[in-house]
Amino acid sequence: MSVVRLIVSAGLRDLSRSRWLIGYALGFFALAEGLFWFGGSGPQVVLSLLNIVLMVVPLVALVFGAIHVYASREFVELLLAQPVPRKPLFTGLWLGLALPLACAFALGAGLPFVFNGGGGAGFAALATLAAAGIVLSFIFAGIATWIAWSTDDRLRGVGLALGVWLAATVLYDGAILAATAAFGDYPLERPLLGAMILNPVDLARLVVLSQLDASALMGYTGALFNKALGTVGGAAVAGAALLAWSGVPYLMSARRFARRDF
Amino acid sequence: MIRVENLRKRYGSHDALRGVTLEFRNGAVTALVGPNASGKTTLIKSLLGLVRPDAGTVIMKGAPVDAAGRYRRAIGYMPQLARFPENLTVADVIALVASVRAGEGGESPRDDELIEAFHLVREMDRLVRTLSGGTRQKVSAAIAFLFSPEVLILDEPTAGLDPLAAAILKDKIRSVRAEGRTVLITSHVSAELEGLADDVAFLCDGEIGFTGTFDSLLRQVGENRFEGAIASLFRSKGRVA
Repeated sequence: MSVVRLIVSAGLRDLSRSRWLIGYALGFFALAEGLFWFGGSGPQVVLSLLNIVLMVVPLVALVFGAIHVYASREFVELLLAQPVPRKPLFTGLWLGLALPLACAFALGAGLPFVFNGGGGAGFAALATLAAAGIVLSFIFAGIATWIAWSTDDRLRGVGLALGVWLAATVLYDGAILAATAAFGDYPLERPLLGAMILNPVDLARLVVLSQLDASALMGYTGALFNKALGTVGGAAVAGAALLAWSGVPYLMSARRFARRDF
Repeated sequence: MIRVENLRKRYGSHDALRGVTLEFRNGAVTALVGPNASGKTTLIKSLLGLVRPDAGTVIMKGAPVDAAGRYRRAIGYMPQLARFPENLTVADVIALVASVRAGEGGESPRDDELIEAFHLVREMDRLVRTLSGGTRQKVSAAIAFLFSPEVLILDEPTAGLDPLAAAILKDKIRSVRAEGRTVLITSHVSAELEGLADDVAFLCDGEIGFTGTFDSLLRQVGENRFEGAIASLFRSKGRVA
């Protein structure tokens, strides 16, 4: 078995027994099941879950991911002391973190839809929500990995992870609002489209909302995106950008891992 | 067996290693000693390829080591801190390291003496998070010896072990020395190295302060005990041990 598969399967085995990750999956399960329980229809549940997914998935992937990498450091050193190259070892470690996070989300949020027969939500909306949560797990686990392998101080690393979450989910919207208010007399469409590409959370929001009849919730950047590229084109470009995003933190942290001293 | 030549490593403005040249003999236990932040860990990690030196060469079996790390097949490493994934069992951890190490066409584990001696067989199904620090240290020691490596690098190997386990480990070290293998040990407990170390390398501020046999060290500083000899070396470098 290749080094990547060995490390990934060990990561899956390890984190599938993690009480934190089981709690994360159960939390999503209880939330989605609760939304159905209180009379929500499928599309309403998808919409309510979306807002939580956009906040919680990046937060958990960043903080849990950073703490996990810091806790694994000594074991990674032991593995690096074996006759294995760094690159496959890193790929295994990254997948061994991101896959369990993505699975926990998909199972926790997905099973209530299975139990409720979809609840009337279209397959496309459900699949897009699941894909968005999974891709966000990979992206933010990659960012957490990059932070943890770039910063030796654990406290600082976790603080940075929280800072990234705050920037992507809260400060970004505030900055867009401030920019549109301050530079309202200037043509802002292109810079704002660029800004949207820079934030995977906003991209995920646009991709999921494009599958629901809820364009009013897209926000300013989402509306611009659709106006410039059309509903289908906007979603396609946003989806492609989101997929490209999942590779960026991986490549950055793989490069860091390959060059750093342990 | 292993030789380092003019090894240099700088972290920011701090010189961790300043041109260290040293040889570790076959069939000998070398004690790497020195004050805190003297460069011991950096030297060990340079041997393992965990730290990339700014200059200098690590030579094994007469040839510079390869960047791909294949030479590590000949090394068994016991780190100072025995930390493993918390939710894996002891069997999972050992199997993972063995599989990673075995790779394609690699060797299989062949020395489970410490697994037996430490009674780790009955711990195999326990999750790491339920193990005591001492048991984790035993697992770490067992992994280091598992492949009968030609070179053993042991960083504070008896830290956290009970006296019986420490004695078992020291006996094991003596037996691999008798087989002609190379052992490198760091320890802050000088008394533990007495009767175990054949050679001593004293590192201070990234430089070699002394290198030679255990007996030559005692003669040079005029001490009868290893602890006193090390204290003398510390004082000669202006350090208070």
